[in-house]
Order: sequence, then C-alpha cells, then structure tokens
Amino acid sequence: MVEPVLEISGLVKNFGALRATDGVTLDLRPGEIHALIGPNGAGKSTLIHQICGTLRQDAGTIRFVGRDVGALSVAERAQLGLGRTFQVSSIAPDFSALRNVMLAVQAKQGSSFRFFKPVMLDHSLIDTAMAMLERVNLGARARIPAAELSHGERRQLEIAMALALGSKAFLLDEPMAGMGPEGSKSLTRFLDTLRHEAPILLVEHDMDAVFALADRISVLVYGRVIATGTVEEIRRDPTVRTAYLGDHA
Amino acid sequence: MTLALALEQLLNGIQLGVMLFLMAAGLTLIFGVMGLINLAHGSLYMVGAFACAAVAAWTGSFWIGLVASLIAAAAAGAIVELVVVRRLYDRDHLDQVLATFALILIFSEGTRWLFGSFPLYLDIPPLLQGAVSLPGGAEYPVYRFAIIAVGAAVALGLYFLISRTRLGMRIRAGESDREMIGALGVDIRTLYTVVFALGSALAGLAGAMVGALQSVQVGMGEPVLILAFVVIVIGGIGSIKGALLGALLVGIVDTLGRLLLPQIVGLFMPLAQAGPIGGAIASMLIYVVMALILAVKPRGLFPAAHG
Amino acid sequence: MPMLNRENLVNLALAILLIAVPLIANGLGQPFYITLATRVAILALAATGLNLALGLGGLVSFGHAAFFGLGGYVAGILAAHNFSGEPVIFGLGGTNQMWVIWVVSILVSGIVGLAIGAISLRTSGVYFIMITLAFAQMVYYFAISWPAYGGQDGLSILVRNQFPGISTMRPLSFFFVCYVILILGIGLFALIRASRFGAALQASRQNEVRVATVGIRPFRIRLTAFVISAMLTGIAGALFADLNRFVSPSMLSWQMSGELIVLIILGGTGRLFGPLAGAALYVVFEYALGGMTERWQFFLGLILLLVVLFARGGLIGLLAGKAKHG
Repeated sequence: MVEPVLEISGLVKNFGALRATDGVTLDLRPGEIHALIGPNGAGKSTLIHQICGTLRQDAGTIRFVGRDVGALSVAERAQLGLGRTFQVSSIAPDFSALRNVMLAVQAKQGSSFRFFKPVMLDHSLIDTAMAMLERVNLGARARIPAAELSHGERRQLEIAMALALGSKAFLLDEPMAGMGPEGSKSLTRFLDTLRHEAPILLVEHDMDAVFALADRISVLVYGRVIATGTVEEIRRDPTVRTAYLGDHA
Repeated sequence: MTLALALEQLLNGIQLGVMLFLMAAGLTLIFGVMGLINLAHGSLYMVGAFACAAVAAWTGSFWIGLVASLIAAAAAGAIVELVVVRRLYDRDHLDQVLATFALILIFSEGTRWLFGSFPLYLDIPPLLQGAVSLPGGAEYPVYRFAIIAVGAAVALGLYFLISRTRLGMRIRAGESDREMIGALGVDIRTLYTVVFALGSALAGLAGAMVGALQSVQVGMGEPVLILAFVVIVIGGIGSIKGALLGALLVGIVDTLGRLLLPQIVGLFMPLAQAGPIGGAIASMLIYVVMALILAVKPRGLFPAAHG
Repeated sequence: MPMLNRENLVNLALAILLIAVPLIANGLGQPFYITLATRVAILALAATGLNLALGLGGLVSFGHAAFFGLGGYVAGILAAHNFSGEPVIFGLGGTNQMWVIWVVSILVSGIVGLAIGAISLRTSGVYFIMITLAFAQMVYYFAISWPAYGGQDGLSILVRNQFPGISTMRPLSFFFVCYVILILGIGLFALIRASRFGAALQASRQNEVRVATVGIRPFRIRLTAFVISAMLTGIAGALFADLNRFVSPSMLSWQMSGELIVLIILGGTGRLFGPLAGAALYVVFEYALGGMTERWQFFLGLILLLVVLFARGGLIGLLAGKAKHG
C-alpha cells in the first residue's frame, strides 16, 4: 500500500468537560479526495484547527509527509506543504490578487528576509504568481484589490495561493459554502482536476459535491469518526443513515 | 530594618495598590464592555482631584469636595462619552489611542486655563487626621487606612454590582456578546454611557483621595494611568479580579522594592552609591515583574474571554 | 516604479519645500527658521522609523520615545565622556564624532528594541499598546533616577558633535546633515515597503492568519521590523540631542511617544512622506499657535481630535487621495 500523505491517529481534544475530538483516526492517500462530513457541531472545525496547528491536540499524533507535525506551528506545517483554504476566505484585503499570490510564492522560495529588491520588479515572483492565477481562471483579475473580489473569486484566490505553495496536500474547509449553483458546479470540476496536483481533504456540507468528488468519505459525529468508506459504502452504511444521512437519503 | 518599618511600607504598598485598583477597575471595565482603550482616564483622575480641591477650598469641607469630585468626574466622563468616545467604538485601537490622546491635551490645557499653573493643595479632613499605633511601635496615618477601606468597599461594591444587579447582568452580557445584549432590548447606548461614567467616577474618587496626600496639579493623572495599564496588563484586560490582584501586586512590589533594593545593592557596594543605584533599579522593578509575567502568561494572570 | 502620480508630486514638493525654507532663511539672515526646518527633518526621521512599525506593520507602539531618548542619551553621554576624558565602559572613551555616535545609537536602540519587541510582540492589540508604553516609562524612570547623567535635569552637550569636513555649528550645515539622513531614512522605508520583507510585513498587518498559512512566521517579521524601526528613531534622537545640545528625560516621556504617533497621523498613516508632512504641520502649528496663545496644545488637541474623527487620511491623503497598494 502507498504511504498516506496525511495520517491522523487517536486524536483527542477536550474543551473542559466537552470532548470535541474523540480518538479520531483517518488518513489521506496520494491522488484521492477524502471528504469529511458530519452535522454541525460534530467537531469538524476543531479537527481542522488541530491539523493546521492553530490548536494543539491533547493526545494522538498527526503525521504529514512522513513527519510527526503535532508540535509544529501553523507556518512550519505550511512550509512542509499543507495548503489550506478557509470557510470564510482569508486573504490580505489591501493587496491585489497578484500580490496575495506573490506572498505565497515568496514564502515557498523561503525568502521573506530580503529588504532591498522591489517585488514588483521581481519576475521570479510575478511570473509564478500569474501562472497560478491563470490556473484558477483569475488571470484577468490579477490587479484588482482582493477586497473587491467576489466571494467565489476569493475562493479561487485562496486555492491559487495553496497551489503556489507547492502543497503536498490540500485541506479545503467548506469550499462550496456561499457559492451559487453555477459556482459550485465549476468549482467541483476544478477540484476534480486539482486532485492530480495533490490529494484533498475536503470538509463539505454540499452532498452533491461530496458524492461527485470523493473517493472516500469519513463521517464525523460527536467528535468520533463513525464510518469511513467509499461513496457507496457510506450511502449503504446503516449507522450513518440513522446518525446523519437519514434526512438526505 | 525594623518590623515597624516593614509593616508601614507594606501598608503604603497596599494603599498605592488600592488607588491603582480604582483606576484600573474603570479602565478594565470600559475595555471589557466597550472594547475601548481610554488614555484620557488619567485626565478624569485629575478632574476629580481638582474638583475636590476647588470645592473643598470654597466650602471648607473635604466631604462636599469628595462628592463634587465624583459628580464632576462622572459628568466629564459622560460628556466625553456622548461627544467623542461613542464615535470610537467601531474604530481601531490606533484611532482610539489618538483621539483619547487628543483629549488629554484638551483636558490638561483646559485645566491649566481654568486653575493656572500652580498646584492646589487639599487638606486631610479633621475626622481622618491623626495616626494609629501599629504593632512594633510605629504610627500609621488614619487617612491612609481610610483610603484602603474605601478601596476595599469599592471592590466589594463592584463585585455585588456585577454579580447581583440588573446593571451588572447587562454589563456581563455586554462583555460576552454585544449583539445579544441588543437583542435583549437593552438600550446599549445608555449602558455604555453609564459604564463610562461609572469608570470615570472611580478615577475621580482616586484623584480626590490622593489629592490630600500630594499636590493637585496638571499632569498628575498620566503616571498613575500608565501604572494602571501595567496593572491590567498583569491582571488580564477585562477582569476586575485581575485588576484588584494586579493592583495590590504592583503597589506592594513597587513600595517594598524602593525600600529593599537600595539595601540589597548595599551588600555589594559602598552605601553612598548603593542608594541611587538601588533606587534606579527599584524604579524599573514593576516593569520587570510585568515582563516576567507576560513571558509566562501573555494574556495576564486572569485572561478575560476576549480582547 | 517611481511614477509622476499625484502622491509623488506632493512628496517631491515637500522635499523641495523643506530644503528651500532654510536656504531662504539663510539668505535673509534668519537662522531661527533654519533651526525650525532642522527640527522638522529630525522629527520626520523619528516618525519615519515609527511609521515602519505602525504604518506598514500595524504595530501601534506607544513607546518609541524610548528609542528616541536612548539615541539622545548616547549622543549626550559620549560627548560628556569625550569632554571629561573618562572612559564610558570597558575602557572605551567618549567621542565627539557624529558618525560614531550614530552607529552607537543604532546599536543601543536596536538592542533595546529587540528586548522590548521580543516581549511586547508576544501580545497584540491593546496589550501591545500598553506594554510598549509601560516599557518606555521604565526607561524614563531609569533615566530620572540614575544620577550619573543628570537625572531629572538632563545633560548638556557643550559643543555640538563633529562631522568630518562640515562645520556642524553652522545651522545650515547641520540642517543639511539632518536632511540627508532624513532622505536616506525615507529611501530605506521606500525600499523596505517595496521588498519581500515589506510585503510580508504589510500582509501580517492585514491578515496574520493568512501570513502564517502560507508558511511565514509573523512574529519574526514583526520583530525585525520593530528593531529596524527602533534604530531609525534612535538615530533621530541622537540628531535631536545635537540640535538642542541638550538631552533630558522629556525625550523619553510618554508625551513624546504620543507626539510621534500624532506626526504620522497628521501626515497620513503608512504614506512614504506622511511623517514629513506631519512633522512640518506639527512644527508650524507649534510655532504659529504657540505665537498666538500659550494654550496652543489645547487647540492642537482639538485639531487632532477632528483629524482622527473626520479626516483619517491625514495631509497626504487630503492632497494626494487614497493610498494605493500594488
């Protein structure tokens, strides 16, 4: 079997008496889209925070590209190639789309302590960043301040930044949220191609997108993974049907 | 060093702490409820001191002066809130700092305009003159004891206000969720004005009481304000309990440091040099304590929910 | 890419105006105005330093007087030891050479900036404001209670320090020294703002999480910016002490920290020439209002309040429109 890119095992996180993550084990294999679904309050956000490093787990391990990253900072995990998008897009609003991506490119090049060369004269930054924007169809909007981009365009911008990082895995937190039906369809098509770049851990509420894209699905309820399997297995799983899918199926 | 001296200095430390608490409580309340950093809080302290000194000189009664200081500081606070501060709640901290810095300039020069550049003096009321004998033989002024008692009473009063009354409930609701409190039908603008006036009154009270210990002059508020900042940074911004413990800690450490450090330095060098050097180190002591606490707990000893 | 847009024209006009005033004053035999222009140049340099932290990095330091004053004390102390012939420390003597003083000011304010920044930057928001204020107050009280260098009374510099080939006692010559350093400081600010480091710094002001998510640690970026900022303000302090031939704890006071922020805001936050515009405006206010009324600070307070509440772009914003980010 191929070594997983991301491997989480026995993860536990408590908030006082509440156990928000309760022994979660899951992995992400090369080339796949692994969807993480679950009702609101199931602990998806807490899990993402621990994978990215904004929250520290109480127990369990997180391995990424063969390394134990459980004690690393957000920036260090990003440097290893953990590319992330946010539920509410997180961008530098005063910068143009291009400069947002250029920031990711310079981070990838590992050179933020250069004080004298103007970035806008630095073609190694601009050209790479433009290429990333073209890939997410934002090339025409490169010079627009990020604050003025539409909701969907900010999503694309975040993905362009993750691409620019040379991510070895993508962690996409509800990318379909707030997108219209058309936007969701085109984003679904795009994500389908993105998996060839690096595997995707997809946290998503939109079941159409999940069923269209996922190779495997894990279902999180009350902080536990109650089932992991292919789309068909999850559709058929009786515990999932009662616990979660009941009203969908 | 005798026991009596140590006891006296400890009490001085507590008295300084109590006074800092009156300042810090208002600051931390205003930050906790409205999310506002108010540099002009020291000006309200000065307003209280001037009101007390002027009215006491005019009527001959410290007590009327004290009441006047509360009214003047609360009124000044309410006016400032209505005219300036309420425009700042939605602004970033930089705008708040600048606008309240501008208020300091206006208050300081305005006070100088009204009262001139010479300091005013305020006498300790006859009732509180005299001293109490301490174990060990020293005498301690009744007035300083009275300040400690007032501080303790205010701490208790705030505790009851916040945990037991309707106003306190609204304050707590305002701290945790500003949207919710609006939804509860509380008139949030009035609440903010009331909280601001309350914090101002506490600052004015502190200024009036200290006015009888030292001269009343323009610029008296800011050194106290900055110490109060140290207090709430140590205690955790937004926490009244943190303000109380932080204030006592700062008061005692500062007072005892000034007493002990020159003597400790004196163990290593001739006394003539040790005094000034120890004194210079003592003047930095509370900031070092603050740095150490922050190194361990960046959000203070009792971090509030937000900030 | 320097273009002749409106902001650059305004900047150019300011730079020319600042050099024209002392030249004309010199021609008319009015050295007072040269001193005024020198004051503008030095305050602008100090505020340019702060603007790096505050304008680009969003770090509202209310303690930059510490660096300004430290720079001033370096000038005063080295000059005093040069005069007395006693070594300062480790057998090293004083000096009256400005360039040595500048290097030492940069080192001292940089090291203190590193210490203050390393602790303060663990926090953010109001905590950061209060802590920087508190640390500056610590340096202030230390200067007051340390008796060796004048304590509360400050320290006089009997003869202005020297610079090779320039007679620094001539007001116009000293102005040129300050002007050149100001322009170099503004140039450094411009370079940093346009650089990769500047991009990371400005991004961490706008969105700290985003910066960490692309793999850049905001803390390191901010600390570096804070130290550079402290150094620039420190060298301005050394020049200020030489201008007045006097240094006192008032250079370290919280009012001074506040004034430096005010200069930036009056001029326009984050704008390249904002500190110069602000410093010019401030000194003109001080001079014009101060000539009319003793209570000029009262009116300064009112003006500042109105600027903060209603005219947030500052003078440059007024003249050149909104800031543009590439």
